[in-house]
Amino acid sequence: MKKLFPVLGVLTAILLIYALYQALVVAPTERTMGDVQRIFYYHVPSAIIGFMLFFINFGASIFYLIKRNPAADIVALVTAEVGVVFLTVNLVTGPIWARPVWGIWWTWDMRLTSTLVLWLIYVSYLFLRRFSSSGETPLLAAALAVLGALCVPFVYFSIWFFRTQHPQPVMGGGGSIDPRMLHVLLINWLAFSCFAFLVCWSRYRLEKLQREVDHAHALESLMNPRGGAR
Amino acid sequence: MRNGYLFAAYAVTWVIHITYLGSIVRRYARLKREIEQLKK
Repeated sequence: MKKLFPVLGVLTAILLIYALYQALVVAPTERTMGDVQRIFYYHVPSAIIGFMLFFINFGASIFYLIKRNPAADIVALVTAEVGVVFLTVNLVTGPIWARPVWGIWWTWDMRLTSTLVLWLIYVSYLFLRRFSSSGETPLLAAALAVLGALCVPFVYFSIWFFRTQHPQPVMGGGGSIDPRMLHVLLINWLAFSCFAFLVCWSRYRLEKLQREVDHAHALESLMNPRGGAR
Repeated sequence: MRNGYLFAAYAVTWVIHITYLGSIVRRYARLKREIEQLKK
């Protein structure tokens, strides 16, 4: 396992560089938007990976609620944290694309607003995990994660159900895309998925180790109540 | 000018990811120090 991680890290770095080359050089230039459209190759995979991680968080939270499995709790925490990072990228790159194309940084339409609300739900989930010391925190967080995950389909389908300024989906939603652009999009999605997997893996190991250290501190405090407390 | 937006979007993406990776590395380093103290 220790040898596998650096190998996967190098392969992912190569894949990310290749995906960047594809996005900047190989993908055709869009006729009306020009090069700004290339933001799409980072913006869309970030959203998809964020949603995927929130669904894993949902599954892990349900599993934790049923079985009280500590590993499931760690998976839930890690996927929420990394999911928030990817959704942050999505929320930041969107306005950078919108400014030259729409002439505005932000509009309170359904897709943008619901994405922001989803981000706030998972940020509050992370605040709850970080600042609550109650023994019931994983349980409360799991319940909040279930509510958060219910918002994901709403965000995704909001462009079908509401009239929004956001472009229509390029896959399976009435929109269309040049096959070469789709190819580049899929390469970027694959590269960032591998990256997300590695980040989740290292964050999982860190959290597991942190809990072992906390447990050791607690044992030390029990055995040596005067000097053992941190 | 329009390429400036493209550069900004790509740059900010990597700034966010690298900042997060940096936070993981810092937490690992702090944890290692704690483990060393526990061993003593």
